[in-house]
Amino acid sequence: MIRFTVNRRPVSFDGPDDTPLLWVLRDHLKLTGAKYGCGIGRCGACTVHVGGEATTACTLRVGALDGAEVLTIEGLAGPQGDLHPVQQAWLDEDVPQCGYCQPGQIMAAVDLLSRKPVPSDADIERHMSNLCRCGTYVRIRKAIHRAAGLLAGSPS
Amino acid sequence: MSRRRQIDEAVDLGRRRLLIGGLTAGGGFLLGFPAMHWAGDSPEDANGGQIGFFVEIRPDNQVVIGVAQPEIGQGVRTSMPMLVAEELDVEWSSVSIRQMPLGIVKTADGFAWKYGGQGAGGSTSVTDNWTYLREVGATARQMLVQAAANQWKTSPDQCRTEPGWVICDSRGQRASYASLAAAAAALPVPDGKPDLKEASSFRIIGQAAKVMDARAIVTGRAQYGIDTDRPGMRYAVIQRCPFLDGTVVSFDDSEARKVPGVLDVFTIDGPKPGEPYVILASGIAIVATSTWAAMQGREALQIEWDRGPHAQENTPAFWRQAETLLAGTGQVVRTDGDFDASAGTAEQVVTARYRVPFVNHAPMEPQNCFAHVREDGADIIAPTQMPAGASRAVAAVTGLPRENIRVEMTMAGGGFGRRLTNDYVAEAAMISKRIGAPVKLQWSREDDVRHDFYRPSGLHEMKAALDDDGRITAWTQRLASAGKYYRRPNVKPEEQYAPELYVDDFPAGIVENLRVEWFEVQSGVPRGSWRAPAHTANAFVVQSFLDEIAHATGRDPLQMRLEMYGENRDLPYGQHGGPVFNPWRLSRLLKHVAARIDYDRRRPEGRGVGLASHFTFGGYAAHAVEVSVGSRGELNVERIVAAVDCGAVVNPLGVDAQLQGGTIDGLSTALNLEITVRDGQIEQSNFHNYRLLGLKDVPVDFETHILPWGDKPAGMGEIGLPSLAPALTNAIFRASGVRIRALPIGKQLQEAIRA
Repeated sequence: MIRFTVNRRPVSFDGPDDTPLLWVLRDHLKLTGAKYGCGIGRCGACTVHVGGEATTACTLRVGALDGAEVLTIEGLAGPQGDLHPVQQAWLDEDVPQCGYCQPGQIMAAVDLLSRKPVPSDADIERHMSNLCRCGTYVRIRKAIHRAAGLLAGSPS
Repeated sequence: MSRRRQIDEAVDLGRRRLLIGGLTAGGGFLLGFPAMHWAGDSPEDANGGQIGFFVEIRPDNQVVIGVAQPEIGQGVRTSMPMLVAEELDVEWSSVSIRQMPLGIVKTADGFAWKYGGQGAGGSTSVTDNWTYLREVGATARQMLVQAAANQWKTSPDQCRTEPGWVICDSRGQRASYASLAAAAAALPVPDGKPDLKEASSFRIIGQAAKVMDARAIVTGRAQYGIDTDRPGMRYAVIQRCPFLDGTVVSFDDSEARKVPGVLDVFTIDGPKPGEPYVILASGIAIVATSTWAAMQGREALQIEWDRGPHAQENTPAFWRQAETLLAGTGQVVRTDGDFDASAGTAEQVVTARYRVPFVNHAPMEPQNCFAHVREDGADIIAPTQMPAGASRAVAAVTGLPRENIRVEMTMAGGGFGRRLTNDYVAEAAMISKRIGAPVKLQWSREDDVRHDFYRPSGLHEMKAALDDDGRITAWTQRLASAGKYYRRPNVKPEEQYAPELYVDDFPAGIVENLRVEWFEVQSGVPRGSWRAPAHTANAFVVQSFLDEIAHATGRDPLQMRLEMYGENRDLPYGQHGGPVFNPWRLSRLLKHVAARIDYDRRRPEGRGVGLASHFTFGGYAAHAVEVSVGSRGELNVERIVAAVDCGAVVNPLGVDAQLQGGTIDGLSTALNLEITVRDGQIEQSNFHNYRLLGLKDVPVDFETHILPWGDKPAGMGEIGLPSLAPALTNAIFRASGVRIRALPIGKQLQEAIRA
């Protein structure tokens, strides 16, 4: 039995240790915000935070997570549903098209901004390797800059 | 609120031609269409009392609008309700939507659409629904106004509306739409077409509307096919034969069945070689209690494959076959004037050959489908572009009558033409039927890359004859390709060319001696519609060749295009996107992008600007691209300027997103994407060897422009793509002198410069 937290709530999983976190989230915990895209950690559609760092849930074995803190897109907004500044910036810049990759993009952007509160274009290019087949990259870039501004202005 | 609809029993359905009004269980006004088309026949038996496509005014004055079209990221869940809301005259912020399921009604002649045609293909949602959906909104408004006039004992022409309200100025009365719901629901639906607004008084159409689903998307709540979860649902995957048209000889599932959670393992029979595809391939299905268990069971299978009839197929041989064909005579699909005579007396002849590869659709959401096949019917939940095709596919593999097959569309993680074909839906239905339980079939990324209806691949030979002024007097395009109608039922051999060469495309009607010729290349690779189908190939070829002619004759590529496109006038255009094509509208865009990118400015060595423009499905686009090429062939895209003329603009944000996205799709595909075959198997398998473009490869300096035209919209889903590739390769030529004649660009520049 593996015990960890997802979005600040305790969870447990008693299936095979080698099950990727992605499928534990999706099939067992019914949290479908993290998406399956490639299964090899290349596309980033399944990006979640483990211990505060962005990682691809499709390549992370659940057995390695005992005691870990996992944050998914469903846990990013505040308890009253108030959006995280990155989510708000995504709305302000009207980023999504099909939307499938966007939870992963947002989780990656939150991670970037925690490391680089005022990222340059080059920082964004280095960090944001998540794929978007619709081609929303122009607006993703703008939204990250906007989110940096929102975060700088927010009390926390 | 209860989702169950309760139709007002008092409504006399017999008096209705098409629309039905009624009250919802919650006391709202509902207006629906049991069948399509104002002008079309509406058989009485289609009016089964079921309200279909609907507009609902709720008691809190909120409005719910049904969306019948499938959403694949092209923005219909935003643009379609805009059309209704405009004429209904409500606040856009009061609008929410509901996705409609497939609506087909059995009639004496087969099946009729219940909510209007449903499908995402050919950039048609906005054009096909432009009038129809505004009429839906206008009719509902008309009934609300009539209800108010009755209440105030006045005539409707004494009333006007403001968003969500009916107002009678002379009597000093106002009433919310919600307060009029019951009275409106009891009215007969007016006969005839309602009056529609003049464009000058639009309040919603033409204004920026953000993505309807954005909040659900950024919070992870948006539901895609892959997110489907139903009680008792099993999970399935299929190991399909990796060889084109190969089959299963035998398999050993003893290890697979030991995987905890694996419930069943069985063969799935694919189509015989040459037969139409209902599914793509033979294989082994694994059913389990979770996705991961099914995937692990698959890994444990031992399978012996029959390599099938294409085991010798290889991409280099494909190109040799195409070259051999071009040495002969093909099917002449258009001939104007006398190409041979004109070319024979020409001052100069320019010729070039171009190659366009197979490519994979690669939507971010791999194929999946929920199916629950029972004795008496089936429930299907799928990300699909063609729900009626899903219904046909399920009927074909289950034998169930189509009227008993319910198809729900989820949001789709991209489509790009892949989900026009419902092979994955048929597979899910086959599995559910076999196990007698609900199942969700999940494709892996590897499945999705290796099993697709790929964009056709072809070798184009171009030849132009020039007079002594450098004017093009004769033009020919000869294409040897593996066309997308391969194995499509009911297509005659002489019609196979039609989706590969659109014979009224530029320069037809402009160059007087013209010949277009097609040759069929044999291949076992499945082919289908890939965003902007043959326009992606033909725009690359034609717009590259124009620059080659300009270079050969010492002319400026922009000036040459402007002269050829000519005056503002319509040319006949018989293919999809017609009936007319006005090449002058391309000139307007070209001049715009050329000015924006400062086309005439001299660039330092290693820098260059390229231009291209193309007409796709009723819309016009142009691209200007600036690149730098380093001393070892390193390519940098420095700047992109894109412009579109899609006629009237419904949602500028949606148009802009499609233009950006189409441009980036064009860039991604031109730079790196190619599907190749080795010994009868697709060589690529996942994003490490099918490398979609990332954010870092899109220039910061990227601008888009919308140049509206006239009062009718054209669809935006595809037009943003075709002209990017030739603008890019034309820029590369200007920067480096290297002419790219084969896509993708890959490492060709480095190799050319090394040589």
